[in-house]
Amino acid sequence: MTATNLHLYVMVAPLLSAFAVNLLGRRNRTWIGPIAVGALSFSTIGALLTMQRVWQHGAYRYTVGNWKPPYGIELVIDPLSALMLLLVSTVALIATVGALKSVEQELPGRDHLFFTLYLILVAGLLGLVMTGDAFNLYVLLEITSITTYGLIAMGRGRAPLASFNYIIMGSIGACFYLLGAGYLYILTGTLNMADIASILPGLQSHAAMATAFGFMIVGLWVKMAFFPLHNWLPNAYSLAPTGAGMMIAPLMTKVTVYLMIRIMFSVFSPEYTFFAHAGVQSGIVWVASLAILCASALALAQRNLRRMLTYILVAEVGYMVGGVWLANSTGMTGAVLHIVNDALMTLCLFLAAAAIIYRTGSLDFDRLTGLYRRMPLTMAAFTVGAFSMIGVPPTCGFFSKWYLILGAVEAGHWEFVAALLLSSLINAVLFFRIIEIAYFKPAPQPTSGGVLAGEAPLMLLKPLLLTAFALIVVGISSGPLVSQIIRLALPAGFAP
Amino acid sequence: MDQLLTEIVDKYNYWLYVVLMMIGFYAMIGKRNLVKKLLGMNIFQTAIILFYVSTGVKRGGQIPILDKYAALSHGVDASQIINPLPHVLMLTAIVVSVSVTGVALAILVRIYREYGTLEEDEILEKIRS
Repeated sequence: MTATNLHLYVMVAPLLSAFAVNLLGRRNRTWIGPIAVGALSFSTIGALLTMQRVWQHGAYRYTVGNWKPPYGIELVIDPLSALMLLLVSTVALIATVGALKSVEQELPGRDHLFFTLYLILVAGLLGLVMTGDAFNLYVLLEITSITTYGLIAMGRGRAPLASFNYIIMGSIGACFYLLGAGYLYILTGTLNMADIASILPGLQSHAAMATAFGFMIVGLWVKMAFFPLHNWLPNAYSLAPTGAGMMIAPLMTKVTVYLMIRIMFSVFSPEYTFFAHAGVQSGIVWVASLAILCASALALAQRNLRRMLTYILVAEVGYMVGGVWLANSTGMTGAVLHIVNDALMTLCLFLAAAAIIYRTGSLDFDRLTGLYRRMPLTMAAFTVGAFSMIGVPPTCGFFSKWYLILGAVEAGHWEFVAALLLSSLINAVLFFRIIEIAYFKPAPQPTSGGVLAGEAPLMLLKPLLLTAFALIVVGISSGPLVSQIIRLALPAGFAP
Repeated sequence: MDQLLTEIVDKYNYWLYVVLMMIGFYAMIGKRNLVKKLLGMNIFQTAIILFYVSTGVKRGGQIPILDKYAALSHGVDASQIINPLPHVLMLTAIVVSVSVTGVALAILVRIYREYGTLEEDEILEKIRS
């Protein structure tokens, strides 16, 4: 095992362990936990070493099977993808520990199937982060999507219907992306991202080029549930088994935002993306502002904690898309920092939701009464996550919002500033409503058969507390994080 | 008008894929029956496969298999050989679309067992009641 192949092992470990989980977990379910957690710990350590290597020696490219690019498939590890690699493997590891417990309760007897899909999904996400090939990206996007469809359909009640709607929308998104890649292939005759990027500036701004760009970006928007295209997300994510939601909600949308950054900067140039078609860039910032406001307003109407969180997730996508399209390095820093923060915040809130659902069986608001007395640690962690979503200073949510607002002011997009501030206010209303219900309303009397036990099991509680702690640590250390890592991760020619 | 017609006839493969794609898109969005939606999705994906395959075609082109001796003596004329790459890519895309269809059909079976129907309106009515 040499260091040059390290990032490949990061991806292969969950993929191989998926088969192991299926074979061994079928016989005896005690195998599942050690295999899944072991493989993902290996990936996390590998990602950490990859990050360190990129940090010391700079970005590098890796040709799979020694087929030289542009003919072979290339993996690109630049600082941004190294950061995403670390984020995906860490979040997946933490979510897995929690998922083991909640899957045991929710899907008895089917947990080896659940974790097979789950680990393939992690492998797909890790592959998406690294790939440097436009068609390879499509295939990996579909791998992650197909496993997600399966995971969501494992839920009870209406989950299969939500999953079917997601299949229809997800296929439209992926097909649009594929179509865009086809136009690029007609124009340039290559599918390697770096190769396309070197050929495209030579072509005069062509209608086919704009078509390719439009199809690719819109396809990814459908996949990431950017506001007008978000319809599939709330149902799919709130009806999925809690174990699956914990992992899908923090990672899928964030990785797709990363892919959008990839397409915008590694395939097309910032000049083309932002300045070739005047009006498009500021139009998208307007749409993002609207997205934030509408999704926050829709979140206000929900009476179920997990459904509310999914609408907040849609609003957060608006934050990131808007931040990227502000077309300045401050906004871009904010967007990248928000990818990291939002993954952690969403993980924290969904873990808390899973812990609550484990004990009370429901997340409707009227079932949350008196939770602070029954589950003090869980609710403390939930409060930290909520404060981070709102943007209270020592938690990390504040810092990315700060950068986003600074970037918007710099670009003169006051509507985006207003949307960010208003949505923070709405988030405050949303979360204080829950805190009020859970803290001040007295706990219901235990009816016959009602479960009013205390804290969630340690397997759920530990990752939750760890994530809540990480929110504060990342918040406090966001200065060095930005100056040491994210500055490097900004696309070339776009640094301040 | 005449110019438009020649434009369409010249690039008939692209127009064909656009029409097919729109049919599929309409079925996915407009139809209320879940199986019809799935069929629409398949038409949509097939349209894209046809689009890719037609980009590799050349008039009077040959299959991309070379006779070793002919290539050694005359060299290779690239304009005579069809680009095989789009076809190869579409093999992967076909596999992807088959797997998506498989997953979707399995989910449809579960939906049918749960609600006893595949009409979207009736399912929504049953959920509401």
